Amino acid sequence: MFPRGPEGTCAGMHCFERKVTSEAMTTKAALDKILTALDATQTLEGLQSIIESICKVFAIDHAMYHWVDSAGDHYYFGTYSEAWTQQYQEKNYTRIDPVVIGCYQRFHPVDWRRLDWSTKPAREFFDAAMEHGVGNQGYSIPIRGPNGQFALFSVSHHCDDAAWDKFCDQNSRDLILIGHYFNRKALEFEPDRAPEQAQPLSPRELDALTLLGIGYSRAQVAKTLSISEHTLRVYIESARFKLGALNTTHAIARAVSCGMVII
Amino acid sequence: MLRYIYARDLNTQADLAHSMFVDRADQFQTRLGWEVHVDSRGEERDQYDALNPLYVIWEMPDGRHGGSMRFLPTTGPVMVNDVFDNLTGGNPICSPLIWECTRFCLSREAGGNVAGALTLAGLEIMRNLSIPHFAGVFDRRMVRIYRSLGFSPEIIKSAGVGRDRISLGLWEYDAQAYQRVAQRAQITPEMSQLWFDRSFGSATREAPMRLTA
Repeated sequence: MFPRGPEGTCAGMHCFERKVTSEAMTTKAALDKILTALDATQTLEGLQSIIESICKVFAIDHAMYHWVDSAGDHYYFGTYSEAWTQQYQEKNYTRIDPVVIGCYQRFHPVDWRRLDWSTKPAREFFDAAMEHGVGNQGYSIPIRGPNGQFALFSVSHHCDDAAWDKFCDQNSRDLILIGHYFNRKALEFEPDRAPEQAQPLSPRELDALTLLGIGYSRAQVAKTLSISEHTLRVYIESARFKLGALNTTHAIARAVSCGMVII
Repeated sequence: MLRYIYARDLNTQADLAHSMFVDRADQFQTRLGWEVHVDSRGEERDQYDALNPLYVIWEMPDGRHGGSMRFLPTTGPVMVNDVFDNLTGGNPICSPLIWECTRFCLSREAGGNVAGALTLAGLEIMRNLSIPHFAGVFDRRMVRIYRSLGFSPEIIKSAGVGRDRISLGLWEYDAQAYQRVAQRAQITPEMSQLWFDRSFGSATREAPMRLTA
């Protein structure tokens, strides 16, 4: 299912993978695996298979990523049926889809229930979507890229409100991060795009991850670096996003596997 | 009442928007003496207002601005990274889970609980939209104000001395703070949620989506 990770994964990486499993966070471990696979993806087909594995790990019916580039061209990866994506394009549903209307020129994540489905075209659109197996619930993350790029990362599922509340409560933050990581990867495939330098970790971020990696507590790391634990938290948060990781353990593992951190 | 409005939708609220930018000129130029740009209409705007930020605005009964603040995600251009690198130590803050809050402003005519209401709005965003952190730069006088409102940031770093001392702070969502701020602002969580839902739509009402049943 997963493309192989980068070569040269060192012993430190395995050590962290064991740690994650021992915390019995199977979902977290599976997510970390998806992100590692995402990072290694070199092809558009690879992105499609990542989308499919996201559904599996979150146990949801659908996930999709829709990207409008600076030239106005659309790209789509997702698990909706061929018939539905075709109908969506043919009927030019972006004009009436409340998800697109509600997310365009916004940056906050959107629970589909908050959108305006009350107009007749929106209701008809919704009925058509349901006929094609799109879930009655959804959660979308608008992403603003450079040069007017706009992307939408969505998940969708069939369930009642209580179940969806619980799902969002547990997963929204991870989904927000995954959406942004997916977008970052997708941008690499934009034609004529100069390859973007991976954002390097700052010396302080490297120090923080290295010390955490060798088992220091946050308090010990802060003391060693003569910074407050609050400052440390910001370093970890920004390092995590640069590394495309969902949590600190995964961030350390990523830094180790990229050779940025030696432990 | 509290309104949550993206910049691109401000044109539908001309009076509210104009009075906000005028009150910002009054606060930041006239009262605080900051070097901000005020245009011929008396409005204070900067380049971040052109990036379609999200404003939280306290609307007074007469429809005018009583107080406001401005949010942008730190994944794009934000003041803390562009202007205050002495406070970030050269480590830009960049995460979709951290939004920057700037231009916290109160009208001279604002009632006593407007600052509290705005603080509650910040927590409402965090709670409803899964944004665990805000970052912001503020001067010394704000430290006491945040404390009295019931929602203090963790100070990441400070620079300067005396009146010119400024700090970079990080706010973290906390359910207790939400209750505390609501109580001090004398706004019930139910009312606050209702205002939020009027701007963002409701996730709990009988949604038309379920008419399919």
